Amino acid sequence: MKIRRLKAIAVKEILQIWRDPRSLMIALLMPFTQMFLLGYGVTLDLKHIPVCTFDREASQNSQALLKHFEASSYFAIVRNVRTYPALTAAIDRADCKIAIVIPPDFSERLNDSGSSSVQAILDATDDNTANIAFGYALAVVSGYAAEVALDALSRQGHQFQQIQPMTVQSRVWFNEDLESRNFIIPGVVAVIMALIGAQLTSLTISREWERGTMELLISTPVKPSEVMIGKLGPYLVLGWIDAAFCLMLAALWFEVPFRGTILTLFVTTTLFLIVVLGIGYLLSVLIRSQIGASQIALLLTMLPTTLLSGYVFPIDQMPMAIQDITYLVYSRYYVTIIKAIFLKGADIPALAAPILFLLVYATAVMVLAARAFRKSLD
Amino acid sequence: MFGRITNMLIKEFIQLWRDKWGRFRLIAPPVIQLLLFGYAATFEVYHVPTAVLDLDRTQESRELVARFTSSNRLNIVRRAQTQDEIDAVIDRSDAAVALVIHAGFANLLRKGETAPLQVLVDGTNSNTALIALGYINTIAARFSQDYAADLAQRTLGIRGMTELIQVTIEQRPWYNPDFNGRWFFVPGVIATITLVMVVNLTAFAVVREREVGTLEQIMVSPIRPAEFILGKTVPFFVVGMGIAGLVTIVGILWFQIPFVGNPLVFVFGTMIYLLSLLALGLLISTVCATQQQAFATNFFVVNPLFTLSGFSFPISSMPDVLQWLTYINPLRYFLVVIRGTFLKGIGVGILWPDLLAMAAIAAVLLAISILRFRKSLE
Repeated sequence: MKIRRLKAIAVKEILQIWRDPRSLMIALLMPFTQMFLLGYGVTLDLKHIPVCTFDREASQNSQALLKHFEASSYFAIVRNVRTYPALTAAIDRADCKIAIVIPPDFSERLNDSGSSSVQAILDATDDNTANIAFGYALAVVSGYAAEVALDALSRQGHQFQQIQPMTVQSRVWFNEDLESRNFIIPGVVAVIMALIGAQLTSLTISREWERGTMELLISTPVKPSEVMIGKLGPYLVLGWIDAAFCLMLAALWFEVPFRGTILTLFVTTTLFLIVVLGIGYLLSVLIRSQIGASQIALLLTMLPTTLLSGYVFPIDQMPMAIQDITYLVYSRYYVTIIKAIFLKGADIPALAAPILFLLVYATAVMVLAARAFRKSLD
Repeated sequence: MFGRITNMLIKEFIQLWRDKWGRFRLIAPPVIQLLLFGYAATFEVYHVPTAVLDLDRTQESRELVARFTSSNRLNIVRRAQTQDEIDAVIDRSDAAVALVIHAGFANLLRKGETAPLQVLVDGTNSNTALIALGYINTIAARFSQDYAADLAQRTLGIRGMTELIQVTIEQRPWYNPDFNGRWFFVPGVIATITLVMVVNLTAFAVVREREVGTLEQIMVSPIRPAEFILGKTVPFFVVGMGIAGLVTIVGILWFQIPFVGNPLVFVFGTMIYLLSLLALGLLISTVCATQQQAFATNFFVVNPLFTLSGFSFPISSMPDVLQWLTYINPLRYFLVVIRGTFLKGIGVGILWPDLLAMAAIAAVLLAISILRFRKSLE
């Protein structure tokens, strides 16, 4: 390996990056736009769930119950319907996710037998929202029931001070306020880095083939490993800049607590960038058409990184076979690493396992890429 | 004119279908992705790894632990002996949740005072943590209620407060009675895969001609801009319908997702959706000079489209500005159409605003790209 040849390749690649200002601009703007769009858009917190009410009794009791729903910040009453078809239409049109139906004999049954019930009609197409919404509705109705019960007891002359024999005191570690932002933003950084990396390098070699400059490159004495390192070097620098933007936005703008060290972050991020850029490079070596390389790069990065990396969908809830497959998704390791560095303040020894996986990945990709390139020379 | 378009169509089809590798790229990825992501995307939380520390060792504490053990939502992985052991278990992520019952728990209960149950939660994944806390609270509340009823009976001689006044809420989950997460996500994955594949294919179509230099050849031929656009879109429309049809059939047969709606409405909606995707791809290809640029733009555009669509993150929870942005996202509307026709069985009567919006997006984008293309010809 000669430094002079390496430098020549790197200079050529830098020139190529420089002469395509649009691609460069996209690469540098990507962290900002994506961090803002994803950072604010990716939220699982449910507030103001749209709810319809169908009060078939319209009594003091039923109104009091609905007042409880009105007061809850989890719900926003969007409509009071008067007929069953109107309610069906509201759910069908997704105007509301949940409808509270109070039966015409609500108070009567409450007075006669002391027990009464209301109905919650849920749009369960979105099962997660429906489940959580029902949980909140349950809490609202329990609150109402406790109020009515206390009222009745005190009217009977009982002094019932305590209604809850046991309380749950929960202490949350690592993400004290259970802010979904704190767990999602580090994942967003990983996703953006994976996308940028693949996008930067996956066309580098196929472009040379399509434009016919490959033959020129072959006729020079340059070695495959020199081409690889010379081509990846400039993109690694670009990747560092992008990573710095993303990480600074995460820590300073989105105020995700940063408990680790910059050194750990730098080492792991560099390793991840090498893997990501290397995969892109390998693809561009293997697939000689740019459209083919892009197609496969999209396939390997965008959806797997968002769906199989544990960035929002917990891996331990997936079927075993799919869990095994996630070991192949390199972003998975960086998602684990970056969350642990940010929230747990993990250091390199604590992250030994995912770092090792990334190292293996990086080595394998580099060796494969150098091999594949050699083959395509003859 | 028809002769010219037909010739171009034939050329495009040949280009797409020529080699084995190209055919493989069209068929295998969507199916593999559907199978993977159909299983991976879920927010359901079961078998949360839980550690228990019972320092009280009384009948009451054992009864409480038994209630947690019998739930399939929690999975007791460790019965710890000391507080340090519990801390270590959470720190190493061996358990996501720990329940601690301190000495004196039963004494407090018997005296009628409030006894605390301490819960430690790993908040790194805030969604799982929230859902797990919800389960714990429900189980604890039931224990508490039962104990209160018991206490009321013993001390006040009434037949338990819960029997005195009771207001319950019954759930009626429509369209997805078992809260099956797959029913929600598989249609979404179908829509997303179609988006990623079709936009990329179309975006590269024109750019490649420009970069390779065949665009000039087409320019000197008597073909008109509108004919050229038509010749470029029709093949991808056919391919897109093929991809969408393939993943839909696999989705229905493999994942057993019910399809209760009118297939014609679904096909019609898919056609309009595809038009909007083709228009988007064409627009990207008219603003980009090289395939590298097209690829970068793709990542830049497609990832937010996917995230800000309601695929997994509820639009109603996003900040207002991002909610407005979703109105120009065709995926947002198609998700309503595909979930509506699959699960709700709703028709054009309810879906027309979404269909209209997609058609408008398609028309506007198509008009812009034809104008831009004409300009680049002059």
